[in-house]
Amino acid sequence: MSTSFSRRDFLRAGAVAGAGLTLAVTFPACTAGGEQPPAGPPWSPNAWIRLRSDGSVTLVVDRSEMGQGVLTALPMLLAEELDVPWESISLEQSPAHQDYINPDFGIQGTGGSSSVHAAWKPLREAGAKARQMLITAAAASWGAPPAECSTEPGRVVHARTRRRIEYGELVERAAALPVPETVTLKDPKDFRYIGKPMPRLDTPDKVRGRARFGLDVEVPGMLVAVVARCPVFGGSAKSWDEAAARAIPGVKHVVRISSGVAVVAEGYWPATKGRAALGVVWDEGPNAGVNTEDIRSQLAALGARPGVIARKDGNLAAARGVREVAAVYEAPYQAHACMEPMNATAHVEADRCTVWAPTQFQFGNPQMPGAQQLVAQLTGLDPSKVQINTTLLGGGFGRRFFNDFIAEAVETSKAAGAPVKVIWSREDDTQHDFYRPAARASFRAKLDADGSPVGFSSHIVCASINVSMGAPADKLDDNSVDGIMNLPYDIPNVSIAAVNARFGVPLGFWRSVGASQNGFMLESFIDELAWAAGADPVEYRRGLLGKQARHLGVLDLAAEKAGWTTPPPAGRARGIAVVESFHSYVAEVAEVSLNPDRTVRVHKVVAAVDCGTVVNPDIVKAQLESAIIYGLSAALHGEITVRNGRVEQSNFHDYPLPRMRDMPEVEVHMVPSTVAPTGIGEPGTPPIAAAVANAIYALTRQRIRRLPIRAVPV
Amino acid sequence: MLALKVNGKNVNVDVPPDTPLLWVLREALHLTGTKFGCGIGQCGACTVHLDGVAQKSCQIPAGSAAGKSVLTIEGLSADGDHPVQQAWIAEQVPQCGYCQSGQIMRAAHLLSQKPKPSDADIDEAMSENLCRCGTYQRIRRAIHRAAGEVTA
Repeated sequence: MSTSFSRRDFLRAGAVAGAGLTLAVTFPACTAGGEQPPAGPPWSPNAWIRLRSDGSVTLVVDRSEMGQGVLTALPMLLAEELDVPWESISLEQSPAHQDYINPDFGIQGTGGSSSVHAAWKPLREAGAKARQMLITAAAASWGAPPAECSTEPGRVVHARTRRRIEYGELVERAAALPVPETVTLKDPKDFRYIGKPMPRLDTPDKVRGRARFGLDVEVPGMLVAVVARCPVFGGSAKSWDEAAARAIPGVKHVVRISSGVAVVAEGYWPATKGRAALGVVWDEGPNAGVNTEDIRSQLAALGARPGVIARKDGNLAAARGVREVAAVYEAPYQAHACMEPMNATAHVEADRCTVWAPTQFQFGNPQMPGAQQLVAQLTGLDPSKVQINTTLLGGGFGRRFFNDFIAEAVETSKAAGAPVKVIWSREDDTQHDFYRPAARASFRAKLDADGSPVGFSSHIVCASINVSMGAPADKLDDNSVDGIMNLPYDIPNVSIAAVNARFGVPLGFWRSVGASQNGFMLESFIDELAWAAGADPVEYRRGLLGKQARHLGVLDLAAEKAGWTTPPPAGRARGIAVVESFHSYVAEVAEVSLNPDRTVRVHKVVAAVDCGTVVNPDIVKAQLESAIIYGLSAALHGEITVRNGRVEQSNFHDYPLPRMRDMPEVEVHMVPSTVAPTGIGEPGTPPIAAAVANAIYALTRQRIRRLPIRAVPV
Repeated sequence: MLALKVNGKNVNVDVPPDTPLLWVLREALHLTGTKFGCGIGQCGACTVHLDGVAQKSCQIPAGSAAGKSVLTIEGLSADGDHPVQQAWIAEQVPQCGYCQSGQIMRAAHLLSQKPKPSDADIDEAMSENLCRCGTYQRIRRAIHRAAGEVTA
């Protein structure tokens, strides 16, 4: 009907001429300088889709993009079922709102490798229902039966009469229709986007330096603050020299906030100089005596307590074996070390508050407040007057779930009477993290004459995340036992217990949480059993995974692709580990050698993953590559130690991360699957430390029981 | 008042000369493509070109950049069409993307010195730049691609 030039045509032409999609990532209407929408009010059949009469499509992304690819994967789900051309999509980051609650968690938050898993059905249904309404609208305008109509990307077609009509022309009519109660989703064989390596929508901006992270936010009249925080956990500021800080040119305010003393200035550099001049005298509080050595001793001492039962199968006491294998494993605190240090920008006004932040947690509930609830509490404003603008995140890894940086910006802005961006230095970021817990676990197994385990017990002592957030001291903390509790091996008598420890060191969710240190411990211990039995580590596991088809699937695939049965080059050895986490299954084979100084060189990692239906295979590959390197940092490079209640490390010279020269070749293989997608951001991390430690044992007969691995003993 | 030349333009900025060039770029000139990661020259997120050489701008006092030519990620190309940027897109390098301005500037400099870098050359040059997301393998492939060595 219409022959006018549509915006979609323009975008398609632009996409052909240019290097791909021109991404428009915008923020909700109220930000300064917001553009007017192009053509009348949009039709929003649901919280994620906006269609305009000019044919333009805006898809709303309600999860935080921290490199894991949600900004691409979630639009893939919508665009697939809505049936729109990929190059016609504009994206918008959602506000903090109930509509965007993650059904897996009951809050609007990004974590637990849940985004695609939780969105798989709801987003596809949202797209499909909107498409159905467009078909109904077109059919009505043609007087044709809806059942005879279908779609091509961006238009409804009636094959019999060869009529077609663009979505944009149907918007007004469709908006008057009721949203269908039920809808049929596409047959996977008809997928245009799902299953294909669609290029990431945020890549063009990221290679041009145009991507806006929290630290890049600029608003009119904005000041920049740095905060002096007590270096001892739980301490507070007693006195400080405000005049000395204000004497620094550019410093405007010095204010006490909950977390310390904020120096507010015209820019980061004067704020930093102002902070250095403050000379804060601290009340160090109750944790000034906390040391890593004491923590390790206490973890060991708590090993004598019975603990809470996490799992009990069969009757361990009655199990009869011919030999026993026992070992104790330890792991230290770890920092998240996002490349973008913590930051947030807030503008507190009399009647509203606007926040721009790289946050993983936008909207919660009274029991678990998200950014919006937190800011409402701090300002006394009604939550409807609080706007949370989520920026891109320069890494998250679980750190940005804790909105302490938002609280600081809000408090400082309120005190300063101006918009304020709080920036953390790298030292602040390293020393005021919410760390992966320190842990220690003892293992014991009884083997029969064939070397098969007839009994297995593990007693875990772990600094408890839940207790640190107020849970009772004697309640089982799943975070502490994940990765051991769900041991998949066919062992008839199993006993797993855990004791919660508490040391005053702040704790949080580090990529793959408990499975990260527990994956190392369990898969190393299983390897010890294999060697004790004189068995090949892959064969030994295979023999015990008969009931676990998906564990077996990745184990076999990784072993095959790594050439497990052919010897590695001279001076190298391989190790394997398999761990299920976040409902996905990953096996990794690491091939290592020793440097002349007996430090470890990882040459290659072959990973096999079963994460259900693969939405974007390149993103899945990238996430495995990423999770493996992240895990290697804890396996080989850094640890967080505490002395006198302070973190000893401060920057990348003493909390080193892997560099280009440390990077192994990483190969990723995916098990084909048609079940719903499961997590991929984290599951690549748990197996790597054990795969490396097991390879080291194969090479040197030295068993590593504590991370990080520095020089391997002779 | 400091007179600088940034991305081909002469600019005057009123900052103390000990202000790191990084913060002059980001705050005085609103060029936020160059990133802050560590402040001690360990991570390379702040990498720019100073008179054609890759340097960590957090380690350069603005005063010592006077009279020199500064090139940032924004100035590397008119619209993302530098061969390194194109290779980065083809290989889908970035994840969170925060380190990537620095990585691209470092890689662009490497290729200007060594048009066909070996893996050892890449190790040496690119080990100056950290990536927490672990994109190193793709960075390596993208550099080879930009060098014209990748045919697939």
